[in-house]
Amino acid sequence: MSPLLSLTGVERAFGGVRAVDGAGFAVAPGQVHGLIGPNGAGKTTVINLISGLLAPTAGSIQLGDRPIHGLPPWQVAALGVARTFQNIRLFPDLSARDNVLVGQHLRRSPSLAARMLMLPSARVEEREARERAAALLTRVGLSERVHEHARHLSYGEQRRVEIARALASTPRLLLLDEPTAGMNPVEVQAVAQLIRRVAAEGQSVLLVEHNVRLVMDVCDTITVLCFGKVIAEGAPRTVAEDPAVIAAYLGNPK
Amino acid sequence: MWDQLADLYATYQSTIAFIGINSLLALSVYTTLSCGQLALGNAGFSAIGAYAAALLTMQAHWPFPLAILAAVLVPAAVAVPLGLPVLRIRGIFLAIATIGFGEVVRLGLVNWDYVNGAQGIVAIPQKTELWMIYLAVAAALFVLARLRGSKWGFALEAIREDEPAARTMGIATTRYKLAMLVLGAALAGLAGGFEAHFTFMVAPNGFGFGRVVDMLVFAVVGGSQIYWGPVVGAAFLTLLPEILRDVAPLVGIEPGPLRLMVNGLVLLAVILFLPNGMVSLPRRIAEWRAARVAARSAA
Repeated sequence: MSPLLSLTGVERAFGGVRAVDGAGFAVAPGQVHGLIGPNGAGKTTVINLISGLLAPTAGSIQLGDRPIHGLPPWQVAALGVARTFQNIRLFPDLSARDNVLVGQHLRRSPSLAARMLMLPSARVEEREARERAAALLTRVGLSERVHEHARHLSYGEQRRVEIARALASTPRLLLLDEPTAGMNPVEVQAVAQLIRRVAAEGQSVLLVEHNVRLVMDVCDTITVLCFGKVIAEGAPRTVAEDPAVIAAYLGNPK
Repeated sequence: MWDQLADLYATYQSTIAFIGINSLLALSVYTTLSCGQLALGNAGFSAIGAYAAALLTMQAHWPFPLAILAAVLVPAAVAVPLGLPVLRIRGIFLAIATIGFGEVVRLGLVNWDYVNGAQGIVAIPQKTELWMIYLAVAAALFVLARLRGSKWGFALEAIREDEPAARTMGIATTRYKLAMLVLGAALAGLAGGFEAHFTFMVAPNGFGFGRVVDMLVFAVVGGSQIYWGPVVGAAFLTLLPEILRDVAPLVGIEPGPLRLMVNGLVLLAVILFLPNGMVSLPRRIAEWRAARVAARSAA
């Protein structure tokens, strides 16, 4: 099957530092693809490059057969890419539900005239959107916290609202940047199951994560990044035993 | 009793009109604030609306409704080519660039002989009725109220809270910011058109930097988190000088300086104690009460 997302020779320099230095990998449809590597390997930069917050200084990023590098973030999102942020970026003064409603922006096409004239069709569309938002929050286990302001939610809850907000656009590709950071083991298990279910429904997931257990359990394929370069790629078991990967994480045995 | 009401109306007709006109101006600043943009070109937009309407009724003999329509559309049309470049910049830089636009408009009018330069246009026919002003305020409030909680309203709030995050949700942020700038320009122009046909005259110096600061202060003092806050601020600060006129002799200060002093104090008090404006006063009082009760039960 042709890949959903493919990066070829992607490079991004910040001044003299090459955060991503000729990285290339591909994500297949319906797969959970792990992106791991030591701190500073360039994982978050790769996520920012895919989602359009950064433009690569060289190389190409393709979604299906469409190049998306250099497109503004809102156009990348419109092509079916949604993401979460490593440093949570919810809209703090909106409720959990309203955050998810913002996430539905691309899915909704109400009529401005109907809204202004208070027509019943507008009310129906809005009720359906609110119901979808509430259903998504139930899916991430937050049915009790729908009306809570995002700023009042716990760290783990905020991460789950971010996932619900990203899923709200029914993306083809979901980019998760350390979705379980700061979560307790029970919450981590719930997120692992959620990721598997999302993939089972045919959506692809690119997962940046430090929790090795989670990555091994959940991913179909793993790409290992080190100093902006891909040093290993393959099934979780093979990657875990790769000497280059062990050296990158633990240093070279003398 | 009806006679007394009629007297009151005759005395304060101009104040009542200016509460409405200032409400439109305050709302024109609110539109861009609602998506987190501090754009301060509204004195310029208001001037464009006022001059366009005045020239059309006096020189082209257009009927008043059409002239008012032009007062809305001309500044809105100017806002598009202005907004496309300047909305790429943010925060204080956007504020400075738009203040610059306002000054360019003012200085352009000062140096334009056809409209009598700094003296401005006089003897404009008085055609603005109070009901027109308040119909416009009501219509603006209705549109802003209907935006709130809609898909577009949520997009605006998202842009205000975290613009890059909003962009990754697929929100074309520049379009929204431009739409709000155009709506603000239209409201400011409308206020200018009404004002020109209410006070008989327009002059460039009525549309200087001080005027846009007034508009911003209306919005901030009233509260810029909710659409009706700016109207509360405009009403309060337009009525204040009327009250101070009676108070001034008692404290022995001229009404003019006293007004500036009290305006400054009000602004300071709001910023220090009511960052969300006067409309948040009831909630703040409830919070203070709750805190006092909690402190007492702890003691």
